[in-house]
Amino acid sequence: MASSPISEISMLACIFFILLVPFAAAGLALMNVGLGRSRSAGHMMMASLCALAVAALAYFVCGFAWQGSVSGAGHSLVLSGKSWNWIAAEPLFFRKFTFDGSITSLTAWFQMMCVGLAALIPLGSGADRWRLRAICLSTGMLAAVTYPLFAHWVWGGGWLAQLGVNYGIGRGFLDAGGAGTIQVVGGLTALAVTWILGPRRGKYAADGMAPAIPGHNSVLVLFGCILALIGWTGINSAGAVLFTGAEASAAPLIAINTMLSAAASALSAAFITKVRFGKPDASLTANGWVGGLVASSASCAFVSPAEALVIGSIAGTVITFSIEWFELKMEVDDPGGSISVHAVGGICGLLALGVFGQFQRPVMNVAADSVAAATNVTAAGQWLAQLIGVATLLGFVLPVTYGANLLLNRFYPYRVSIEGERQGMDLHELGAGAYPEFVTHTDEFLPR
Amino acid sequence: MKAVGFLMLLAGWFLVLSAIVLFAAPALRGGFVCVGIAVEAVGMVLAFRAHLIPREDRR
Repeated sequence: MASSPISEISMLACIFFILLVPFAAAGLALMNVGLGRSRSAGHMMMASLCALAVAALAYFVCGFAWQGSVSGAGHSLVLSGKSWNWIAAEPLFFRKFTFDGSITSLTAWFQMMCVGLAALIPLGSGADRWRLRAICLSTGMLAAVTYPLFAHWVWGGGWLAQLGVNYGIGRGFLDAGGAGTIQVVGGLTALAVTWILGPRRGKYAADGMAPAIPGHNSVLVLFGCILALIGWTGINSAGAVLFTGAEASAAPLIAINTMLSAAASALSAAFITKVRFGKPDASLTANGWVGGLVASSASCAFVSPAEALVIGSIAGTVITFSIEWFELKMEVDDPGGSISVHAVGGICGLLALGVFGQFQRPVMNVAADSVAAATNVTAAGQWLAQLIGVATLLGFVLPVTYGANLLLNRFYPYRVSIEGERQGMDLHELGAGAYPEFVTHTDEFLPR
Repeated sequence: MKAVGFLMLLAGWFLVLSAIVLFAAPALRGGFVCVGIAVEAVGMVLAFRAHLIPREDRR
């Protein structure tokens, strides 16, 4: 397989950045556990491990074959004389693959981590009611089909990356750290799964009330935020080097932007909840923190620190209201806030790149493999490219994900039985609780 | 309503794709893309409304 050249220092830096990515997965897993009920904590951690495992296997079997890389083979349609590369055509099982430290081999490794991260996102939404085997099925579908397809369009030289080369729309769709490819794809999968599962019992009462079901361990949630920061710094840095051609020396700017965006977003969420409820809300502040990380991903290498601060503030504000809007107005029961944090936060980040993105230095869109993009230093049209990417996520990824999960749900029902939900996922599915010394509270299931 | 919502999401996306292929002028192309996104927004509203919980199913 042909590979693009990469300097030795960039290769070593990339290896270091990719090694940080599992911290993001650990952070998300801990947050999902803490925001769920204590009687499903062990199940959630087990589901996180299984999702990572299934995602890695599915990506190995066919995910990478359909995602491919810029220098790899692909299937193209020709529309009005322009090539629309829509899916890669690599061999299955990583056959004919050279693990030589090239961009292609680093991309494969990085993506195997990222697809696992995307698979963890829906777990927060389906907490306390999503069966383990159904999680594995849904994850397999995400890692084998949905994720690779969109990732090919953005990072594998697909039609979204080529919008700049083919149609002069900015530099094509840009997403350095996976705000769209990882976060929005995961967040929309979370929305589809939540719609299919329905709310937890007791969440929406007959009298129209929607009582809060608080998470059981805010310490886990807040510690998960710190781990997520480490992981996100790795994701954003590795993604910027691999997919936008940034030098390894851009890492300090990327890390600072990531941190500032998360900080501004978390403080915005804390301020808003303090003003509205009298005290800052720990779970919403944690969601704001991760939302800031998500929003920073797309533009981490293309904005100044001050702009990252603005992006984080906007994301934190939007996410805080979005969580309440989904829960109370749209009746979407999302215990982990995954839809707002990852889908809404990711879309904020993608659009922010179109608005704030600076291309003062030549930035090669590696995904489009375009010299023209490297020499074009104006930002004209970038907002339109970002808008087209968001439209593709909402108009293609969401319906396909929903349809595929609905089909899987027909063959293997996603939702646990009433008895299982009452008992708790730990005892029902694993046969043992995560905290055997705890007293189990069952009062929320008393007849109303 | 659910099926119509998801079909409108797809229809909006096809409008966006059509805008890329059919129009070269940036203003026209941008306008058409915005129309496609507006159609997607209507599709999202329908999809959300279709998933509201019926009163008899609340427990």
